[in-house]
Amino acid sequence: MKVAVIKYNAGNIRSVAYALERLQVDFSITDEHEEILKADKVIFPGVGEASSTMRYLRDHKLDELIKSLQQPVLGVCLGMQLMCKYSEENDTACLGIFDEKVKKFIPQQKEKVPHMGWNTITTTNSWLGESVNNQYVYFVHGYYVPVNENTAAIAQYIQPFSAALKKDNFYAVQFHPEKSAETGQKILESFLNSRS
Amino acid sequence: MLAKRIIPCLDIKDGRTVKGINFENMRDAGDPVALGEKYAKEGADELVFLDISATQEQRKTFASLVNEIARHLNIPFTVGGGISSIADAEKLLEAGADKVSINSSAVYNPDLINEMAKAFGSQFVVVAIDAKKEINNWVVHTHGGKKATDKRLYSWALETQERGAGEILFTSMNHDGAKQGFANEALEKLHHALQIPVIASGGAGDYGHFMDVFTLGKADAALAASVFHFGEISVPQLKSYLRSKLISVR
Repeated sequence: MKVAVIKYNAGNIRSVAYALERLQVDFSITDEHEEILKADKVIFPGVGEASSTMRYLRDHKLDELIKSLQQPVLGVCLGMQLMCKYSEENDTACLGIFDEKVKKFIPQQKEKVPHMGWNTITTTNSWLGESVNNQYVYFVHGYYVPVNENTAAIAQYIQPFSAALKKDNFYAVQFHPEKSAETGQKILESFLNSRS
Repeated sequence: MLAKRIIPCLDIKDGRTVKGINFENMRDAGDPVALGEKYAKEGADELVFLDISATQEQRKTFASLVNEIARHLNIPFTVGGGISSIADAEKLLEAGADKVSINSSAVYNPDLINEMAKAFGSQFVVVAIDAKKEINNWVVHTHGGKKATDKRLYSWALETQERGAGEILFTSMNHDGAKQGFANEALEKLHHALQIPVIASGGAGDYGHFMDVFTLGKADAALAASVFHFGEISVPQLKSYLRSKLISVR
């Protein structure tokens, strides 16, 4: 199995790569369209700001490429948000793989934003697997995807939101599996073992 | 629910952990990577690696050490010590650090906070504040607590937040090393004044101090060094103690 990690101006590409290294997975970090297209699995990482990242993806024609992929694709953090239709972060049109709007967290009772740290996820009988239900994973984000028909796991901060999504061959997590200890490792493995 | 975080802090000099760390079942407690992995396995939520090297020569090894840590550690970690420019921070980001902490350099060049937040995002920028209570004022100190400044804790903390700090790491110099508990009163004030998370540091001596810092001090995270390194407090036992007190921990 060969995994392609999409290379672009995102912050956490290296940590995703190290997590794959720990899992002894054969991977490359690449923005070559050919290489991404022929990989068995694709990971779309991301830490950063939505509009500048979308601009970068468009400039490198990675936006159309990502949408066209047929193999399992995993979006991580900003990667997940960019897979949605639109983000309130600087009024950004995104890839539209998931028909959702990414919203800004509005504190209700002085909760701190960004949502940062370890929080539990409730998996809704989904690809993440029963073994990570109610386990803690590591989040860092100021925007969220509301719960919707493609939600694969829910977390609670200010209100319930999508901790994970899945639609066809597109998988996504709002948290950082690469920084979420054994639980995160299990989730990465679930994705890597997925068939479609 | 968002968990309260427990953060062991490791001091690094010339690429090795210091403070005479003494562990059974560890072949090399001076190896920061092995020690970091041990804490991660035990359930530490984050780690801080502080480079206390005195010379540039000693400091050279730090970035490559950070890279080794990033390869092995599956939890977030912050690195600090001697970071005084965007270039310094970028080197550590490149090496795989999740966050950097800046202290003296932020006091003398506050614009550095803005620049770092803009370049790497606020989530990458931890501002460490060492302060000492003198009569009614919390006086901010630099250079490892050796130098008093004209800055005061609350106004400085607010300013760093305005400038884009993602977290405040507050060390009470009055409490540090005394093992009599954290500076809960000041921490609670910080909690109410700020919108960003506060990491409490200085004063951990027993399990109860951690409960107090989360309930009375309202801290988002608690950092300690020697109580963990000398085995006086074990991370798994601390977690189960806090859980028994109904504090949300991982």
